[in-house]
Parts: sequence; structure tokens; C-alpha cells
Amino acid sequence: MRFIWSKITHLLLVVLAVTMLTFVMTDRLPADIAAEIAGHGASAAELAEVRERLGLNRPVLLRYATWIGGVCRGEFGKSLITEQPVSTALRSHLPVTLELLALSQLFALLLALPAGIISAWRSGSPLDRVTGTFAFGCASLPNYALAMGLVFLFALKLKLLPATGYTPLNAGIGANLKGFLLPALSIALVEWVTLMRVLRSDLIATLKEDFILLARCKGLPTWRILLVHALRPSCITFITVLGMQTASLIGGAVIIETVFALPGIGRLLVTAIFAQDFPVIQGGVLLITVSYVCINFLVDLCYAALDPRVRTGVTDG
Amino acid sequence: MGKSKANPPKSPFQKGGLQLAPPFTKGGLGGISFYAAITWLILVLFCAASVGLWPFPFTVDQIDAEHFAALPGGAHLLGTDATGRDIVARLLFGARVSLTVGICAPLFGLGVGLLLGMPSGLYRGWTERTIMTLADVILAFPGLVFLLVFTSVLGPSLTTITLGLGLLISPRFVRVARANTIRFSEREFIQAARIGGAGDISIMLREILPNILGPLMAYTLVVAGFVIVAEGGLGFLGLSVPSPTPSWGGMIAAGRDVLEQTPPVAMIPTAVMFLTVLSINVIGDRLRGRYDRA
Repeated sequence: MRFIWSKITHLLLVVLAVTMLTFVMTDRLPADIAAEIAGHGASAAELAEVRERLGLNRPVLLRYATWIGGVCRGEFGKSLITEQPVSTALRSHLPVTLELLALSQLFALLLALPAGIISAWRSGSPLDRVTGTFAFGCASLPNYALAMGLVFLFALKLKLLPATGYTPLNAGIGANLKGFLLPALSIALVEWVTLMRVLRSDLIATLKEDFILLARCKGLPTWRILLVHALRPSCITFITVLGMQTASLIGGAVIIETVFALPGIGRLLVTAIFAQDFPVIQGGVLLITVSYVCINFLVDLCYAALDPRVRTGVTDG
Repeated sequence: MGKSKANPPKSPFQKGGLQLAPPFTKGGLGGISFYAAITWLILVLFCAASVGLWPFPFTVDQIDAEHFAALPGGAHLLGTDATGRDIVARLLFGARVSLTVGICAPLFGLGVGLLLGMPSGLYRGWTERTIMTLADVILAFPGLVFLLVFTSVLGPSLTTITLGLGLLISPRFVRVARANTIRFSEREFIQAARIGGAGDISIMLREILPNILGPLMAYTLVVAGFVIVAEGGLGFLGLSVPSPTPSWGGMIAAGRDVLEQTPPVAMIPTAVMFLTVLSINVIGDRLRGRYDRA
């Protein structure tokens, strides 16, 4: 229990520090939101009035305190530009990011699991080497370049899939999935490499253990040994990496979202930063940081569940 | 586990309890891919360093009004981009940006990592907790938001992009440096140095640093590849180095507009970046393999 509590306080501290840092940094952004709102040719008095109304002339730390107070009461403020509540804006952009995330991690898993298992089982074989080389190439390719290659091939030449754009889910699941296929693939084709590598090296280590030999002696079929006996103890690092990747993708898929014109959280944030729309930036950063921190926390818990030594504090001495 | 007690020294690489890394020639460090990677990197470095010195028919921002988005061949060896600028010239000058970022940002991170990681691994306790919380804050900070705000506040230039990327990756170096320092901090040779009267600074610089520098260099190479890719990504958001200075990422991003008519405009810089990152990864992989076994 102490393990969990000390983790939670640490994580809260991190969230507070990140949001405060965002506040201080965005305060220095070159764009002037007050001039934007007051309109062209606004007089100095009008500008001052807008600043006063938005509370922009108060000290940064005071504004931060007010904002944190609001967050505790569940109020995230309104966008300075569209006057839309930040929570509504986040709620409308989050599903896009989550769907992209889920699909790309699904593709990455579909590639990494079989490839990792087979190349660990037949490590050193030509198949393993081919997989390894292919993975190495994938890891050296920027996902945006990959995205453009996929667009060129599937959208512009073969005309099978749309090049850009987002179709809402209620306009038909087929059209919706079609729009997500290329962006998800371009993320997955880069992400699967790390997953495959950690799974392969951990599986190779596990396959040398005595209990695998015992399972073999009992005459268990190979697939059962690989999938049931060897996979579970080998997937600790795998789950950690999967969690960390997912966490960093929530705000890190901006470029793919830009290339495919998907209205996700990343797009929302970039637009908000260019317009100096403080409440939206704050809300987005809070959302990303909290989910990053929570996923990491869950990964730690998974770790403890999968490896009893972490939970009980026993280390092999 | 009592690792080294049970088995006596087997190979010349094992002396006492300390296992030395096998020499470079062993385990097929050579091989075509390694030398090809080295050759490519030297070539790119040479081009980037010397491109202004020899006569070249085109400059980076010279517009050829007769050839917009031309295919490779003719007067322009690799064609022109959408505004009629020579791709070879832009590739050569773009190498400067990509390599500056790719070399300086990881070195900055390495410096910060050593400066903060070694003390936190050696002292533990409060020092460690403070430094690691700081590192966690930067790790949890949405990277692109950080870069966007950082470069918009200070104005996008090669220096701010390099610095921003360097800051962003430094917590990872702190973590690696700390983990490696902890591995060595209780070893006998550290205790021997302490008995010999060595101070903390001397222990960090003369005992720990030589031991952790190898793995950290391998990590630096991994990060170098990542940073070159990330700088290119900024080009898609219009936040790479300001035009007319070319960068590979900016060229790829600009090639998107003419992807259908003239795919080489985007494909050529992609290929160059791919080969460079691949070469760095090949070398980094060999280095890492060398230290993982130790």
C-alpha cells in the first residue's frame, strides 16, 4: 500500500509541475490574444479592457492558482476564441485520437507478437534475420515519410483509400475505418519494431529456462509451450514498452494527425498554441499529462501483478 | 545470484570479477553494413562541411522559372522542388541543419545526463529524488507542446530547435546515466578508490565516467537518429528552420504538395534521411551489442 501511495503523491507532483510550467511558458508566447479578440485597429483602451476581462493583466501565478481551483471544481474554462467550453472541445477531439491510438497499437501488436514469437523460437534462422532486417529498416523510417509513401501508393495511385480527412463514426463505420487505416498503419509500422525486439529478447531468455525443458519433456505441443508457458513470464518489458508508447502517442501523434487532417487532440493543441488560446492549451496539456502519468502508474501495477518480486520487495540475492 | 564466483575466468576478456567488453573485431562488427554505414556518414559529413567551398551551379534559393517540380535529369541532377529550386543544392545545405541538430542535441543531452545522472546515482537519497522528479516532469511534458512553445517564444532558428530538442531528450540521458552509475557505485574498485582517499568528484570523473561512457555513447547514437527524424517532423508544422534555409524535414514536408505530380520531390530527401538514420542505427546497434554483453 505504501508503494502505491508514494507513487500517487509523486504523480500528483509531476502533474502540478507540468501544468505550472505550461502556464509560465505559454504566457511568453509571441501571439497576442487580446489584440486578436479586440479586432483590427482597436484602441489602447479597448485592448486594456479586453485584457482586464480575460484576466490577462494579473500575475501568472495568480492566474495559475485560479485555474487549478477551477479544475478542482471540474471547470476548465472556455476557449478565448470560440468561447466553447474547453471540456466540450476536448471531448469532441479525444475520440479521434483514441481511435487512432487503438488502431495503430492493434496493428503494431498484430505485427510484433507473431514476429517476436517466431523469431525468438527460431532465433538465428534466416526467417529471424529477415524479420530483424525488415524491423531495422522500419525503425529508421520517419512515420511522416512512411505516411506520405502510403498515401502515394494507396490513395493517389491505387485510389483505394482516402488521402486525408476524417469521417465521423455515425456516418458509417466502413468509411470511418477507411480514413483511419493509413494513419494507423504509418504509426504502427514504426512502433512495432521496439515491441518485437523486447519480446524477442525476453522470450529467448525464457526459452532457456528449466520449466520450458520440463514442458517439452511432458510432450506438450510447441505452440502451447510458446503461447502459454513462455509468453507470460516474457511479457513484462513488453507491457512496459507498450504502455509507454501508448502514453506518448496521446499527444505525440500530431504530425500524423496533421498529414491526414484528423481533428485529434494534437491538432487542437497546435492550433491553440499558434493562437495563444490559454485555456485550451492548459486543458489539453492537463489531459495528456494525466493520461501519461496514469498509464505509467497502471504499467507499474501490471509489473507488480506479473512479477511477484516487485510486489513483495523480494529480489533475488 | 553470485554471478562470477562460481565460474573461474574462462576467456581472456574475463579478469577477476571484472568482465571486459570483447574487442571490436570479434562478433562480426565488421561486415558490409557497418562499413557502408560509416562510409555514408562520412560522405554526408564531408558534403555538409564543404558544400560552400567548391563551385556549384545552383544556390539554395535560386528559382528556375522554367522548371517547377521538375523530374530528375537535365540541368538539375535530381530535379527541382515546387518553387523551382535545385534539389541537390538544397539537400547538400539541408545536411548542415540535419547534422547540426543530430550531433549537437544528443551531445547536449549527454552533457546534462552526465552532470545530473552521475550524482543522483552516486548519492541516492534526496539528491536522487529531486533530480528524478525533475526528469519525470520533462518526460511527462507533452513533447510537441514543449517544442512548439519553446520555438515560438524564442523564434524558430537552428539554435532554438537544437536546444529545444536537447532539453527534451536530456531526462532520458539522466535516467540512463543514473542506472549505469548505480550498477558501478557499489563495486570494489570504487571502494578501493575511496579507501585511497578519492573525493566524490574524482570518483565520478575517474572511476565511474570511463565505465559508463560506452553504453551512453551507444545511447547517444540511438538518440541522434531520433532527433534527426524529430527535426523533420517540425517541418510539417512549419516550425523547422525558417526558409530559405533548407532542411531535409522541411523538404519532405514541402514535397507533400506535389506528391501526385512529382513524387521524387518528397522521395529523394526521404531516402537521404532514411539512409542517414539507418547508418546511425547500424553503428549504434553494433556499439550497443558490444556493451550489452559486458
